[in-house]
Amino acid sequence: MKQLRIALWAVVAVAAFLFGLFAYQLSQPKDEFVQSALVGEKIPEFDLPPASTSRPGLSSADLADGTPKLLNIFASWCIPCAVEAPQLEALERRGAQIVAVAIRDRTEDVDRFLEVHGNPFTRIGKDDISEVQLSIGSSGVPETFVIAGDGTITYQHIGDIRREHVPLLLEELRKAGE
Amino acid sequence: MIAEIGLVALWLAAALAALQLLAGFAGARSEDGKAEIAALVRPAAALQAVLCAVAFLALLYVFAITDLSVRLVAVNSHSMKPLIFKLSGAWGNHEGSMLLWVTVMAMAGGLIAAVERRLPERTMMATLCAQAFVGLGFYAFLLLSSNPFERLAEVPPEGNGLNPLLQDVGLAFHPPTLYIGYVGLSVAFSFAVAALVTRNVTPDFARVMRPWVLGAWIFLTIGITAGSYWAYYELGWGGWWFWDPVENASLMPWLAATALLHSVSVLAARDALRTWTIMLGVIAFSMSMLGTFLVRSGILTSVHAFAVDPERGSFILALLALYIGGALVLFALRANTIAEGERFSLVSREGALVVNNVGLSAILGVVLLGTLYPLLTEAFDVRVSVGPPYFNPVSAIFFLPMVVVLMIGPLLRWRRDDFARIIKPVALALAIAITVLVRVAIWNDIGILPMLGLALAAGLAIASWAPMLKRSLRRTPLAVWGMCVAHFGVAVALFGMAADSAFQQERLIAAEVGDFVEVGPWTGRLDSVNAVAGPNWTAMQANMMLAYENGPEQRARPQSRNFWTPQMETSEVALLTRWNGQLYVAVGNQGEDGRWQLRLWWKPFVTFIWYGGLLIAFGGGLSLVGRVAADLRRRRGEGDDEIAANAPEEPDSEADPEPRADGAPEAVPA
Repeated sequence: MKQLRIALWAVVAVAAFLFGLFAYQLSQPKDEFVQSALVGEKIPEFDLPPASTSRPGLSSADLADGTPKLLNIFASWCIPCAVEAPQLEALERRGAQIVAVAIRDRTEDVDRFLEVHGNPFTRIGKDDISEVQLSIGSSGVPETFVIAGDGTITYQHIGDIRREHVPLLLEELRKAGE
Repeated sequence: MIAEIGLVALWLAAALAALQLLAGFAGARSEDGKAEIAALVRPAAALQAVLCAVAFLALLYVFAITDLSVRLVAVNSHSMKPLIFKLSGAWGNHEGSMLLWVTVMAMAGGLIAAVERRLPERTMMATLCAQAFVGLGFYAFLLLSSNPFERLAEVPPEGNGLNPLLQDVGLAFHPPTLYIGYVGLSVAFSFAVAALVTRNVTPDFARVMRPWVLGAWIFLTIGITAGSYWAYYELGWGGWWFWDPVENASLMPWLAATALLHSVSVLAARDALRTWTIMLGVIAFSMSMLGTFLVRSGILTSVHAFAVDPERGSFILALLALYIGGALVLFALRANTIAEGERFSLVSREGALVVNNVGLSAILGVVLLGTLYPLLTEAFDVRVSVGPPYFNPVSAIFFLPMVVVLMIGPLLRWRRDDFARIIKPVALALAIAITVLVRVAIWNDIGILPMLGLALAAGLAIASWAPMLKRSLRRTPLAVWGMCVAHFGVAVALFGMAADSAFQQERLIAAEVGDFVEVGPWTGRLDSVNAVAGPNWTAMQANMMLAYENGPEQRARPQSRNFWTPQMETSEVALLTRWNGQLYVAVGNQGEDGRWQLRLWWKPFVTFIWYGGLLIAFGGGLSLVGRVAADLRRRRGEGDDEIAANAPEEPDSEADPEPRADGAPEAVPA
């Protein structure tokens, strides 16, 4: 009986805590952008097969070869990804090394996409079940990550890259190389 | 004028609730519940139901004629909308849905007041007093912070329209269904509080509470099933359950209600699990209110963001703290004064039902934790999102063993039993499950959870009918039929879920007109894309012809719709349904190069999920009809099993105390 009472008061205490938490959160402003919790962390280990006939696949080891890189999460079926393609090419022309992960895609679709929209990527991994995408904390396509030479994620860009983002990403890439 | 009548009716109803609260309190305080003033309680409750109905009809009327001088109509409706959506617009917004809530609640209160006379009058007074207390909070909420009848000083020329996502026949009935379920649980809550106040927890009490729990549970089941199907075809991403906070908010009361439903049956039949049943009564309604709070306050990001308003969130939070906090404190103070119920051995019907209860409560805890966890970490500035990788395996750990118990439990006798007696049907069911498991494991490369799901679904589909063995089908009471149908429904739904996640095939593509597409056994092409216009939207429609395994071609016309009042883009998917699954086709935006984003999924047996849900609800319905009919017979004084069941049991009798009403096998030779 004594144990029952303690358990019951514990339930009351948990409820009180939750009410307090709700009240606190209600008073907080909402920020709708979901930033990856992995910024500042090492990239999780993965090894993806090639998504295109023109480029090799991508593993986490490729991202820790000493050179800072951009990691672009894209898909051939994603319209904003086609929109940002020219900016990725601009980034490549200005010296950025770009690797990519294609999400829930088919090799022939990726090949066609790259033919039409250009191919600034050195490696493209094929992620059929959004496994790598989720593990690095990306919630949609397109997203672009800046990865330092030791494999640490230093920056996350959510959504398509616009012209004004190009210098920003180059700056982040330079910082990652320091 | 009509709007004012509605408002006056609502104020009068609130006043009557206050009267009911005070008179009910006096009644509950008096020795026998028969204080003079207590005579007012039942009429007050009944009249409240009438007044709320008047208020709700008034709201429907102003929406039907699109009276734009009423603020709510101007904000949420539009004269060009089809009538059905004008009417559903009445509850497709915060104020109207809260009015619907109090109306259903007042109707439920009125119904108990009018018909329920089986319990001691003092318990009834306490119940109606608690019901009025809960009701009063919602009246205050409605009248003080969300008046649905507020007039505008200046009448606008046209209304704003209803959220396009809500302009859907299925969804027009989704919120009312869930609300009836939530409110039914408020009745169970009031009964539980009354039981705590009067310390009167008896099988009779459980029998009175049971139809309310059962009714609420049926509506919740239908509401969740319909909501899942809505999310499936309206959101355009092929999923049928997203573990979205608001979906969880409707699942949690259902889990609690399912547990309560089973434990109240134990209390009714065997006078055991007293404290536990009362606790579940409190928890079930807590979860309903928590759900309402999560949906309305916008505290969690969700697909239901259209219902959000933080200030109202504070009001609901205050009500939540008052009712739930109050009930939990009362429970903590009183629980150890409730006498312990009957004991039973582990291998018995009660034992199986306890396993069911513990499992359901554990899943409830899992879902609650996952839903609130982001809120907790956000307080420490860490943003996380909890999704299927957590919910699916963790809830399955509890759910799959429960399915095994579900095969066995209904065959066991009350109080104590022997496994040897039921070994044959159970062995048969397990053999089938294992055969399916081996078959699937050898030929298909699928995940462990879907594999176990398929196997257990097959076993349960057989085992769920085992209680019918050696019964005369004609003389079997409806409640037993109901149980078998509902358990069979669980098997059907589980099969659908497992088959969909094991065998689903996906094709995402940016296609141009004339392109061929194929997904699973389906092949077809995108013939053309053209613009079409509806009453309050325009759309780009993809015209596709698709064939299943070289069969005849079928037309699929998914649309990407643009509504203009208010401006919004939605996806209207095309579904090609076969007996063995559904082809799901959605069209997205057009790219700069002229290609269209197409999303296709072949989803084997996915429809079984919703058929299963409906079967579960139908089983509940059969059981409810059976119980209420038995109750009516009993009132007319005719001989009935339940009366016989209430007679004192012989000390050594193996007889089932509720022999036909709860599904134990009759006269099985020992």
